[in-house]
Amino acid sequence: MGLIAELTHRCPLQCAYCSNPLALDDRKAELTTDEWRRVLGEAAALGILQVHFSGGEPMARRDLVEMVAHASSLGLYTNIITSGVLLTDEAMAALLAAGIDHIQLSFQDAAAPAADRFSGYRGGHAKKLDAARRICEAGLPLTANFVVHKQNAERVGEMIALGEALGAERIEIAHTQYYGWALLNRNALLPTFAQLEHVNGVVAAARQRLNGRITIDYVVPDYYAARPKACMGGWGNRFINISPSGKALPCHAAETLPGFQFPTVRDVSLAEIWVDSDAFSRFRGVDWMPELCRACDRKEIDWGGCRCQALALAGDAAATDPACAHSPDHHLMGAAVTAADGAPLDLVPRRLRTLSA
Amino acid sequence: MAAVPTFRRGVKFRFDAVRNAWVLLAPEKLFMPDETAVEILKLVDGTRSIDAIVDDLAARFDAPREMIAEDVAATFANLSTRGAVQL
Ligand code: SF4
Ligand code: SF4
Repeated sequence: MGLIAELTHRCPLQCAYCSNPLALDDRKAELTTDEWRRVLGEAAALGILQVHFSGGEPMARRDLVEMVAHASSLGLYTNIITSGVLLTDEAMAALLAAGIDHIQLSFQDAAAPAADRFSGYRGGHAKKLDAARRICEAGLPLTANFVVHKQNAERVGEMIALGEALGAERIEIAHTQYYGWALLNRNALLPTFAQLEHVNGVVAAARQRLNGRITIDYVVPDYYAARPKACMGGWGNRFINISPSGKALPCHAAETLPGFQFPTVRDVSLAEIWVDSDAFSRFRGVDWMPELCRACDRKEIDWGGCRCQALALAGDAAATDPACAHSPDHHLMGAAVTAADGAPLDLVPRRLRTLSA
Repeated sequence: MAAVPTFRRGVKFRFDAVRNAWVLLAPEKLFMPDETAVEILKLVDGTRSIDAIVDDLAARFDAPREMIAEDVAATFANLSTRGAVQL
């Protein structure tokens, strides 16, 4: 079981594919260090083994080192999911001393001009290369994460080559997942079928070549799939996601779901949230499923897919994920692909306050 | 086989008191090794070769050496492909 600790929504980058919600939490609403320490303790007692510090940019929190040290002292496996632009020599040394186990570094593209243009952060790519070097020099395993979409899919080969050159143990090639900002920008991001085939081919060949040396994890895009992904390994099954202001969510996109009162760790213990809360029980297991899924032999493999996607596309969070070819709403995926084909490439960059029109 | 298996960087094999079970923690991954795999992984110390691990198990468990060797090879092949073990 894993805890995803979204420490903050603040981030110096502005990736248009960010899956954070459009309404981002303000700094003033963020949990305090002491609150996070308590949550980490509750997580360890609940049997959580891994904590993923994410965001926004988790390194934007000055107390990150303290939290890593605390988690580590509890025996938790500690992982940081970062853009790396704040990972200086000093920060690396402090994290290492605090007992960090793994760092996942995200890249926006294979090289600087395009990467920096996309993240809206000039010089960002160069800082990431420095960060990767520091991680490897520290003797830590490096995961290089690349999010692919229409505007960079051609360069997936170069991305893998970069991961290799940086000494990554693991490369993650992830098609954009369309939640939050990414959904808003879908037309400008959703790749064509030809692009998808290109990425598939490059990844398959690289996997074969790098087998046993570098693991390549590949996240396929739902929009071309016949079966949905097991979102978060099943609702309330493997993960607890805590938002910067302390809301406990079965998945980071779940805040968009209507009719839910997500409990906050400020009021309720993690154990109660996990075991008793309506939010975590509602779509847990198979009983909530529509007949279509309940009768299907994949119901405990994909758990009916993603609830947020069902809501966003089919208008009903309790429906079969439209990514499934059996879904009566499956045609919506194809329609989205058609709409994105040839659409303008303009992006709405992720910002803390843009939507207050 | 003379190869010496080691856990890759960032991989931790430890006992979890909450589950009362051994767990293998890797970047973004969690393995719950079965009983056989646990016995095998307990012998991974960065010095023992695959052969030495098979010998050790063959001496302690009542199963043909060949079968144990097969289990050991399969376990390491699997965990190597999935990035937890280096051979
Ligand atoms: S019908 Fe439901 S359970 Fe079956 S594959 Fe589709 S989403 Fe999964
Ligand atoms: S299914 Fe919904 S709630 Fe779950 S991860 Fe996907 S978007 Fe989030």
